Parts: sequence; structure tokens; C-alpha cells
Amino acid sequence: MVIYGVALLSFCMVLGIILGELLGRLFGVDANIGGIGIAMLLLIFLSDYFKKSFRLGDITEKGITFWSMIYIPIVVAMASKQNVLGAIDGGLVALFAGGIAVLLSFLMIPILSKIKK
Amino acid sequence: MMDLLEVINSVLSKNGLITSFIFVGCIVWVSYFISDKLTDGKFHGSALAILLGLLFAYLGGTYTGGEQGVADISFLSGVGLLGGAMLRDFAIVATAYGVRFEDLKSSGLAGVLSLFIGVILSFFAGAAVAVIFGYSDATSITTIGAGAVTFVVGPVTGSALGASSDVIALSIAAGLVKSILVMVGTPFLAKHVGLNNPKSAMIFGGLMGTNSGVAAGLAAVDPKLVPYGAMTATFYTGLGCLLAPSFLYLIIHIIY
Repeated sequence: MVIYGVALLSFCMVLGIILGELLGRLFGVDANIGGIGIAMLLLIFLSDYFKKSFRLGDITEKGITFWSMIYIPIVVAMASKQNVLGAIDGGLVALFAGGIAVLLSFLMIPILSKIKK
Repeated sequence: MMDLLEVINSVLSKNGLITSFIFVGCIVWVSYFISDKLTDGKFHGSALAILLGLLFAYLGGTYTGGEQGVADISFLSGVGLLGGAMLRDFAIVATAYGVRFEDLKSSGLAGVLSLFIGVILSFFAGAAVAVIFGYSDATSITTIGAGAVTFVVGPVTGSALGASSDVIALSIAAGLVKSILVMVGTPFLAKHVGLNNPKSAMIFGGLMGTNSGVAAGLAAVDPKLVPYGAMTATFYTGLGCLLAPSFLYLIIHIIY
């Protein structure tokens, strides 16, 4: 059943966000710490577990893979609702603060990639 | 005639999410068509679709004066739901399906390190710009630096420290600039910085941290890399909210 896949995915996301929220409270921060990352780890572990003990079934799997495939259209929708005007209206301070941060971060990628483990 | 337009507008608005599928479907189709015919596939269709989306967001913002891009136009309000944090995060979690845990583990250290370096580097870049532009109180400098981390960390830090509302607005704008620059810049810069494998994607996610920027940037380069970048990026805003109003503010406070 396709809903099993969707339900499993939803379960992982909700549980992950709850744990991320609790992690935030633990550190006294008004933000979710890694909720989505925790949800992803849960899904990886659960799907791994299901693969070993019993097969998830093709149709059930489609309940997850559909959402993974609709990812790019969702990102396009996300781009279409960005506050681009707000970014431009921020003027030079915002442009330089954000721009230099991005540039320096890009430069760090090759350096950090050299780390062995 | 007016009646017909009214009927169409009201049907499209009432079925907003469905309308947004048509809207996005058209953007993606046009983008892949242009990518194929005009650039011979050299410029990735999804990268073009994201740029086109941003262009529409700009036009929508100019037309309505709102903050939600095209989603402020009533019959396109469904784009706000489709492109909102809930469905975006749902799809991001789904991309993790099939990821091998070994790949994550083998780049774990680099990923964690990139998170700390990313937050601290962006913060001081933003703080330095604030100083250059004449800000001299620790609260404003910290808030603008935090905005360069992400547009969530800026206002969270600003309100924790009691920054003025125009400085908080500025910090949000800095975060928006960052997020949009990552979306636009990643497809152009990916090749030059070796962003083509799970490990560098994890580092990329940790360094940039902006969820929307990383999500769109990797989608435009190689969708297979999305889960790795998203995995580290999801910890970034939390780490920023943790460090900026405390440890990083303290450093700025000592200097000023």
C-alpha cells in the first residue's frame, strides 16, 4: 500500500522535528536543532532495517520515492516565493555581508575536502 | 467577459495547490526546453528553472509589494504551500531514502568541522562588513553578523540582544542575499570547488547552511547530492542560534 510509505516518511519527519525541538530546548535556543537531519537518519536506519527483516514492497516504496522525485519542482516553487525584493532592498550592507559570507564559504570547500576521514 | 475572468481567477485561487502544480510544471518545461535547445544541455534545466523561479519572485514582489514572491498574487497563493518549509522538508527527508549510512559516516568529521567553520566564518564576514559600514555597537555588529549566518539566526540573535528593528531587518536582508546567492551561484561555482561527490556535498551543506540555498543549489548541480548537503545544513541554523547570541557576541563585546 502506497500510504505505508508516505506514513513511514511522515513518521520519520515528525519524530525528527520533535527531537530537534527538544534538542533546541535542551540548549536553551529558540530554534530546531537538526530536526530534518535526525528525520533523514531515522529514515535511513528504518529503511535499512526493513530491507534486512522484511521487504518494504515496491508500491510502499513508491510512497517515499514519489516525494523524493517531486523535490526539484518543490524547490522551483520555493524559489518563486523568495523575498528577492527584500534582499535587494537591504542595500549595500546586506549585499556585502551576505555576499562575502557566501564567497568565503565557497573557497573553504576545496580546503575542507582534503580532510581524510 | 469579465465574468469569465472572475470565474477563472476564483477557481484557480480556491484550488491554489493544484494551480501551483501547473505553474511549476510550466516553468520546469520551459527551462528544460531552453536548456536543451539553446544551451545543448550544458546549462542544467533545473538550475534554469530555479533562476526563472527567482525572476518570477522578483516580478511578483514588485507587482504586489509583498514578501512572498508570486505567492502574494491571489491565484498563485498555492505556490506558497508547495514551496513552503513543510513540503520542502518532507521532500528533503524523502531524498534520504536509499542513502548508504557508510557514505555519511566516512565524511562525518569533515561535515561537523564544516558546520563550525561555516557559522563562524559567515558571522565574522558579516560583522566585518557592519564595522566597515560604520556600526560601532556590539549588539548591531553581532546581529548583522548573525544575519550573514542565516536569515533565521539574524532576527533570533537580534531580539535576544535587544537590537533595533532596522538592524534586525538588515540582518534578515543579509541572510536573504546569502540564500539567493547560494541558489544562483552554486551551479556556476560547483565545478571549480569540486562539488561533485557526497563528501564535498556534506561540506557544502555545512559551510553554507541556508536550507533553501543548499536545497536549490544542489538540485541544480546533481539531485543525488541533495541528502548529503541537506543533512549537515539542517544543523547549521540551530548551531548559529546557539553560538551567535552567546560565544560570538562575547567576542565582539570584548573587541568593542
